[in-house]
Amino acid sequence: MAREKMHIDDDSLRDQKLSKAEIKRARRQEKKLKKFGIHDEAKMGKIERFFYLQQKKRRIKRKKRISRSLGGDIALALVLALFGAFSAYPLVYTIFAAFKPLNELFIYPPRLFVQNPTLDNFTDLIMLMEESWVPFSRYFFNTIFITLAGTVGHVIIASMAAYPLAKHKFPGSKILFALVVYSLMFAPQVTATPSYIIFSTIGLIDSPWAIIIPAFSSSLGLYLMKQFMSDIPMELIESAKIDGANEFQIYWRVVMPLVKPAWLTLIILLFQRLWNNDGGTYIYSEQLKPLSYALHQIVNAGVGRAGTASAVILIMMIVPITVFILSQTQIIETMAHSGMK
Amino acid sequence: MFDFSPTLYVLLMILFATASFFIIRKFNQRRKRFASKYPNLSKNERLERLKQERLELAQAKKDMRKAIKAKKAEWKAEDKKADEIARANVLALKAEVKESKAEFEKVKAEYLADKENPEKEALYLETMKKHDRLCQKLRIEKERISLLRRIERWSKRGGRLRRELFIKRQYYYLVTPYALLFILFTVIPVAMSLILSFTYFNLLEFPSWVGWENYMRLFVDDKVFIIAIRNTLILAVITGPLSYLSAFVFAWLINELRPKLRAFMTLIFYAPSISGNVYLVWKLIFSSDMYGYANAFLLSYNFIDEPILWLQDPKYIIWIIMLVQLWLSLGVSFLAFIAGLQSVNRELYEAGAIDGIKNRWQELWFITLPQMKSQLMFGAVMQITSSLAIAEVATQLAGFPSIEYAGHTIITHLMDYGSLRMEMGYASSIATILFFMMIGANLLVRKILRRVGS
Repeated sequence: MAREKMHIDDDSLRDQKLSKAEIKRARRQEKKLKKFGIHDEAKMGKIERFFYLQQKKRRIKRKKRISRSLGGDIALALVLALFGAFSAYPLVYTIFAAFKPLNELFIYPPRLFVQNPTLDNFTDLIMLMEESWVPFSRYFFNTIFITLAGTVGHVIIASMAAYPLAKHKFPGSKILFALVVYSLMFAPQVTATPSYIIFSTIGLIDSPWAIIIPAFSSSLGLYLMKQFMSDIPMELIESAKIDGANEFQIYWRVVMPLVKPAWLTLIILLFQRLWNNDGGTYIYSEQLKPLSYALHQIVNAGVGRAGTASAVILIMMIVPITVFILSQTQIIETMAHSGMK
Repeated sequence: MFDFSPTLYVLLMILFATASFFIIRKFNQRRKRFASKYPNLSKNERLERLKQERLELAQAKKDMRKAIKAKKAEWKAEDKKADEIARANVLALKAEVKESKAEFEKVKAEYLADKENPEKEALYLETMKKHDRLCQKLRIEKERISLLRRIERWSKRGGRLRRELFIKRQYYYLVTPYALLFILFTVIPVAMSLILSFTYFNLLEFPSWVGWENYMRLFVDDKVFIIAIRNTLILAVITGPLSYLSAFVFAWLINELRPKLRAFMTLIFYAPSISGNVYLVWKLIFSSDMYGYANAFLLSYNFIDEPILWLQDPKYIIWIIMLVQLWLSLGVSFLAFIAGLQSVNRELYEAGAIDGIKNRWQELWFITLPQMKSQLMFGAVMQITSSLAIAEVATQLAGFPSIEYAGHTIITHLMDYGSLRMEMGYASSIATILFFMMIGANLLVRKILRRVGS
């Protein structure tokens, strides 16, 4: 797999005897470079050189490793294709099912792909929404409010706490961080009962804040943020201090711009959690319920609404996936620091 | 009261054994340390020496404490004196300021009445300067007895801790909001659930103490709980390691691809876990009529004669939950593995190739794994926690409660008692057991993983 697309390095062209196919490939490569108008690096303009160097870099990166066999490459491709299909199949099924007319949904034997795509399911969904007792825009507003407030608050509060934990030592810092690490080790459902009692004593029951405020103190976010921040060089912080900044200014003006990948990660992690939150036991008023709850009702209505249900699921899954696609590289960068001792 | 069930008895024995083991080990360590300190003495002499040392240490501590106390009293008296002087100063200055202010107003009025007169203007400016100077003096004196100054003095004259708290107060300002919320919504609930598990509590009356009764009931009377534990353990033992391995293997395979394809495959594998309710699709796939995908597939290839009731048959429910959970399980740890693999030092691979690493298995074992040990640890924590907390998938697919409790896990049992039957004390005891199971499993696996690399 990697072999077909491999580019030959200039040095190796000179040193080795080449097969016909390889010579062909090298010529094709040369042609491509000529298209760019590039022959000699010294004669190039600034922009041309930039592109040339980038291409060269890429070529070097793709150099073949010795410890790779063709059989292994093929096996790898097969395994990935198989499990990728297993992983993607339900998603693809949902996407197609959302566009299937009723007679295709209940065809026997069932098919994956759609023959005559329609938007019937979506129009049905809109009709259902109009019929509902609470206007649907209200559910939308609730979810967007919960998601936005929770995410913004969490990113600010968690990173504010992560900065001193990562870069400074003070009495209590080790204990707090150890507690956070321990809290990663059990699921939040464990504390559901006492949490409910606490919420009801504070008076947060039946308001969106019952979901938003606990989301602020999510421990995974703090953990990732702290691990990412501990790689910031101390000299930067000290030089800011010499310039007369106080700790809050250092946090806001120096540290925060440097950890952009980390906040994007916190955003996506919390976003998906809050976006899919259906209010659970904390919110019982119909007009305060989030979107996920309303859509659950539609999905649970049974076989008769299979098409509409797929449309609903499609809508619910598109938003987090889009957010993930947009911030993928940054998230991977953050996760590189996630290690635990 | 004391007819323990065998399980509880065994549990208590294990608890007792571990506790005594640790205590004995600690004593032994102490003895050994002392023996290595004085290797030439006999046992009795050593004991005497130990006694003497202890006495000396206690005496030293006592002296120290006395000295500190005296010093503190001295400081206190000093501060009191300084405070009194400052206060007297403030009072005196206040009176002076009052006088000068009256004078200033008078001069000002005169000046305003006759603006052309240069003499009066000069006088006005002079008095203004004087007044300002006085006001400044007052401000300085006032600050000397202000709260912040006092706190500063108090912390400077305390021990190391107090001083540190004052110098590093800005860090506390930053940490406090998070710490408060964390304590309120995580630490306190855990403690509360520990305490409530020994009580009877129905949210209406004040909780009443019942001792070990809840736990006894759990292990002796509650057959559903035993089923729940069994299901949870089956699910965790199979999905936990499997999902952990698959997360790593897929991350490793994806890492071999070119960047664009890698990003795409990452999305495909990660999408199920972020897209929320998509697992409801499995309900359609495993629906019990012949329009469900699974049934249609098996029927059309003649594996079965009539549709299977996938989600109603206790035989299949747990396996389907397992499958869906595995499908959902490539989450945060998967991303962490991908990131860890990408941050492995590339030069090491070339060096390894020169040193005679022949295939990718050797490369994985000798180069890659040791370098991403910390990510492996993090992934393990995430995976274990999520595999012990399977609940939502079970309730959504198999119903709540599921048929013959085939999809009943500890968390669904907890939900049953906590939010439906409102037996908070009993629910808390379930939660406590789950809590210790999770922490225990995590610590155990961490210990094992730590040894693997070395």
